[in-house]
Amino acid sequence: MAFASSPDRVTPTITSAKIVVAGGFGVGKTTLVSTVSEIPPVNTEAWMTQASRTVDPLHGSDEKTTTTVAMDFGRVTLARDLILYLFGTPGQPRFWPMWDDLCRGASAALVLVDTRRLDVSFPAVNYFENDSDVPFIVAVNLFDGRQTHPLDQVRDALGVADSVPLVTLDARDRRSSVLGLLASLTHTMEKTSPVTAR
Amino acid sequence: MTANPWVRPYVLTGGRTRTRHHLYVHTLVSVARYDPAASLRLSPEARRLYERASVGAQSVAELSAHCGVSLGVTRVLLEDLAAADRVQINDEIYASPYDHRLLKRVIDGLREFA
Repeated sequence: MAFASSPDRVTPTITSAKIVVAGGFGVGKTTLVSTVSEIPPVNTEAWMTQASRTVDPLHGSDEKTTTTVAMDFGRVTLARDLILYLFGTPGQPRFWPMWDDLCRGASAALVLVDTRRLDVSFPAVNYFENDSDVPFIVAVNLFDGRQTHPLDQVRDALGVADSVPLVTLDARDRRSSVLGLLASLTHTMEKTSPVTAR
Repeated sequence: MTANPWVRPYVLTGGRTRTRHHLYVHTLVSVARYDPAASLRLSPEARRLYERASVGAQSVAELSAHCGVSLGVTRVLLEDLAAADRVQINDEIYASPYDHRLLKRVIDGLREFA
């Protein structure tokens, strides 16, 4: 390509975007991330710490607590200069303060639910309804490939507003998972204004 | 790949827990010109991050996970490396993660990928 060797841009700037995959323990977050990711999902006991976020020096707290969290993320290179990251939220309640950090700067969020155990995803729905500005959708993970409950019933049971899109997907299937991610991004498009002033 | 069990995490950063810029977990970090001599002068943790970033642009989370350095410490050390011009912290091209030009690019890319 003619512009490939343009001298003033030796290393083109690469942009990254992020989608958060939330939900309770065992709803298929790790499966979805690994189905879509081009790298084996990084599921390491990485050290995260709350210190930088919770310490308020004016109030004399010098606690620097370090917590071990299983980080779960994947990467999709969409273009030479565009990388999409998928971050699964740690499911256990004690990791909740980490959600803010993971969600900051996210373009969209997808809350995954298992209709057999809807309740494990309640906290994730609550979080995105009340504690986060990131637009979210709810995706029913069809574990057996079949839809067992009408979506209206799922919506009622979850208590989510009609304005929150509800979709189904099979986290084991790449195309199906990607369509779910696309639905979350489309929702963000619809919920936000087209021109963001710089 | 594991954090040094003999050192409390923030000893590595001189007690600092905050960074000047907010580094998102997905912010990309890269090394434009790798300098082996400079690498040798770094602390073991900073060196691991520097060496890893020199392989290619990677997110803060990837660097933290692969180097076994806590996310908070990784942020502080990367900020130091950036201040010393060792690493480049990729600026956000778009002002917001909801910028429709960015969303459109991601959507188009994912459609092709599906």
